[in-house]
Amino acid sequence: MPGPFRIDFDSMNRIQEKLQEDKKILSIYFTAGYPRLEDTVPIMEALQQHGVDMIEIGLPFSDPLADGPTIQQSSTRALRNGMHTELLFQQLQSIRERIHIPLVIMGYFNPVLQYGVEAFCKKCQEIGIDGLILPDLPLREYQLEYEPIFKKYGLLNMFLITPQTGEERIRQIDQASEGFIYMVSTASTTGAMEGFGDPQRDYFERIASMGLKNPQIVGFGISNAQTFEAATRQAKGAIIGSAFIKHLTESGIEDIGGFIKRIR
Amino acid sequence: MSYHVDEHGYYGEFGGAFIPEMLYPNTEEIRMNYRQILEDPSFQKEFRQLLKDYVGRPTPLYHAARLSEKYNTKIYLKREDLCHTGAHKVNNTIGQILLAKRLGKKRIIAETGAGQHGVATATVCALMGMPCVVYMGEVDIARQAPNVARMKMLGAEVRPAMSGSRTLKDATNEAIRDWINNPVDTHYIIGSVVGPHPYPDMVARFQSVISEEIKTQLEEKEGKRLPDYVVACVGGGSNAAGAYYHFLDREEVGIIAVEAAGKGIDSGESAATSALGKVGIIHGSKTLLMQTADGQITEPYSISAGLDYPGVGPLHAHLFRSGRGEFISITDEAAMQAGLEVSKLEGIIPAIETSHAFAIFKQRAFRPEDIVVVNLSGRGDKDLQTYIEFFNL
Repeated sequence: MPGPFRIDFDSMNRIQEKLQEDKKILSIYFTAGYPRLEDTVPIMEALQQHGVDMIEIGLPFSDPLADGPTIQQSSTRALRNGMHTELLFQQLQSIRERIHIPLVIMGYFNPVLQYGVEAFCKKCQEIGIDGLILPDLPLREYQLEYEPIFKKYGLLNMFLITPQTGEERIRQIDQASEGFIYMVSTASTTGAMEGFGDPQRDYFERIASMGLKNPQIVGFGISNAQTFEAATRQAKGAIIGSAFIKHLTESGIEDIGGFIKRIR
Repeated sequence: MSYHVDEHGYYGEFGGAFIPEMLYPNTEEIRMNYRQILEDPSFQKEFRQLLKDYVGRPTPLYHAARLSEKYNTKIYLKREDLCHTGAHKVNNTIGQILLAKRLGKKRIIAETGAGQHGVATATVCALMGMPCVVYMGEVDIARQAPNVARMKMLGAEVRPAMSGSRTLKDATNEAIRDWINNPVDTHYIIGSVVGPHPYPDMVARFQSVISEEIKTQLEEKEGKRLPDYVVACVGGGSNAAGAYYHFLDREEVGIIAVEAAGKGIDSGESAATSALGKVGIIHGSKTLLMQTADGQITEPYSISAGLDYPGVGPLHAHLFRSGRGEFISITDEAAMQAGLEVSKLEGIIPAIETSHAFAIFKQRAFRPEDIVVVNLSGRGDKDLQTYIEFFNL
């Protein structure tokens, strides 16, 4: 048994394995329970089938501070549909029989806290979740209270950086991370922006030149082939959220392949 | 035990800064600078001068003789209702806008529920000539038309919060989102002792002028600086934090916090967070909050728009959990009757928030020799329509 603080090659997490592949990573975010309560697993199957590299399963929250209108509305709708933490775990119970790509749960900290952080992490391990992104769980609190629990259940915790994050803090976050760094492309909530300008290009180059130990995956503002290509010129991959939710709103879950083909 | 914030922003187990990384530089800039700015003599001079000449401080500490006689104890009222704009809220907005100027900020945003904090923010923005955007739930905009008009007259832009339940908590979410999108030039004036560290401490410090004055005024009137009890209503808890502040470490002063029970604690329509809340995260702070078993934040209810917040400031969660504070909840009905009684006995129409604090005299006995200070946090003009409808006036 490897110790709780050691990750050797044998126990390598699916995220870490994926990041070692010689390709750009396309990660897709969707809100669990949207557009319909039972769409969670079919969406994941379609994403895998069409060559997506990683999936971020959004655990809906009533007050999603970091999200713009698109993801907010999908969260509100998912909650109205009846989505809740235990139900999501039930839907994902045998997901690893069908889905082999890395899976991340993304959500806000309060629902995790109410479920019980350890119970939540344990359940994630049983199901085969590889990591968590909890934007409002700060680095300090994570390290003081929760890091040993995450490690005990083999979960990676991904932190965010933004164009305003100072170099010293980026290095701290890099030290604390073992998967990828979620690089927010712009000072904004999700879905706020179309296309990248000079400030983003400068920021992408600045981060690329820092020589961080963790690869970076860019999120926020990626919606099509052009922005995906621009975001991944230096970074290892990119995450699409709001644009995919919009697609689900407009087209349902039947034409997920069409959406992915327009990205790459 | 300490009742003040520690170096990491905690009151006991409550507080902290549970914020997405996008907000880290914003709050960090304030955290790194606020103590130094507040302690700077030139800041204090300007702050004190404005409190005196513009707000009208010190506000009187008034011996309410008829109310005292009725309840057979000695009741003093701290008259925050006489502040410019009609409530204590302006103590904080004056402080924060001076801080924003010293941080070089060019634009102010705020959230508001009933509109009192929005008006207090719009007022100081007019005073300083700064652009001001106030987020207000669409539902609240419809039911608080006079305050919306006041903000507009003062030059503020009122933006409706259309998400979620379209009330105070959603207005707060929208203000936070604005701040995420405008991280460099904008200062967010939070209206209560809530939000990520250092806001609860900073707002409490600005409001602490209330208890500072109570001490001095009580000495003049009673020859002693400490009352037996300080009573205040608590929504987020800024007037209460200010009224308690200089008495927190004096255990001989009883601290009484009055929450809104709405239609009753068990009615499903209540805002009594200490009774109904569990530990969780709201608006960047770990505190007691009303939520589902699944951790979704629920919508509170009170007849008073200023008390229907699903959380409570982390200081108050700590006062409750540690037993330092006595928490009492008061129904709509009891509060409204108390408001009417104070109007008739003392010639003062209180804000419905404050009426909750007055209702404790029917619920809880004090000794004849006790000195009980009630923080009269705001005046009732804004609530006239609610009083009219309730009493068929």
